[in-house]
Amino acid sequence: MESEILVVDDSAAIRKILQRVLRGTGMPIGAIYEAGDGQEALDTLGRQRIDLVLSDINMPKMDGLQLLASLKSSDKWRAIPVVMITTEGGESRVAEAVKLGAAGYVRKPFTADQIKEKLMGFLEAVRP
Amino acid sequence: MTEMENLIVESIKQSTAAVFSTMLDAEAVFEGAAIEKRTPEASDGVVSFIGMAGAWAGAGSLVCSPVMACRVSARMLMAEFPAVDDEVLDAVAELTNMIIGGVKTDLEPRLGPLGLSIPTVVYGKNFKAKGAGIDEWVGATFDWEGERLAVKVCLAPTAAPQAKARPAGHPYAVEV
Repeated sequence: MESEILVVDDSAAIRKILQRVLRGTGMPIGAIYEAGDGQEALDTLGRQRIDLVLSDINMPKMDGLQLLASLKSSDKWRAIPVVMITTEGGESRVAEAVKLGAAGYVRKPFTADQIKEKLMGFLEAVRP
Repeated sequence: MTEMENLIVESIKQSTAAVFSTMLDAEAVFEGAAIEKRTPEASDGVVSFIGMAGAWAGAGSLVCSPVMACRVSARMLMAEFPAVDDEVLDAVAELTNMIIGGVKTDLEPRLGPLGLSIPTVVYGKNFKAKGAGIDEWVGATFDWEGERLAVKVCLAPTAAPQAKARPAGHPYAVEV
């Protein structure tokens, strides 16, 4: 069965690049949903089965850390791995994300190989 | 240049090179560095801004021609862009986020934690852009396929350090 992924980033450019990179991993990926901020992501999660969330940290309205906190405080969504994608440095907000329960993070700029390497394990593990 | 200005130039060079090589599979050739001590004259093209705040505060900016903005977007998104549109502006915003984000990360061990705002991109003709209270920019220019990209940073210590402060808005004025 294929994994369903939710990509959350306020940049349509990054969402498009991630769609391309994810399709290129060769992993059994079904639908890739997109959201422009945390609130849109929660709306999508309410409608679709999602196996993995890839989220930017710095977004308007509801940022990635607020989204992460919402997911980890929900019985329904707590088990979904959330990988943060960020330009943020090593401390502060990344550390906060890890503390909140992020499964990992990828720093921008990223290569296709870095995304593949980081997500391969999660995609295998969450494969329904 | 002061030690801090040299540090900023080196950070801009490293970050720009990293973003171009990883996201565009391209090389931006460093042309030179300069200090701008006054508001630039009215110009045409694409200008982006992103705020930085912490114990030091200021902004980062990218300046390029519409042609370069379209080419960069085409390379990033693997699509053709004959003219500047929303997707091009979005790609330039993300380029700004990544390049200035890299500079920020590089400078944080020296300056303490810095927050980044959401980037703003302006495209037009005969406009002037000015950051509130920003008088001196440290900049570097790069050449890519015959087009020029300028990357600029302005940072100054804040009167009352707020290590975790994040800029709420965009303290920039654009005059057309």
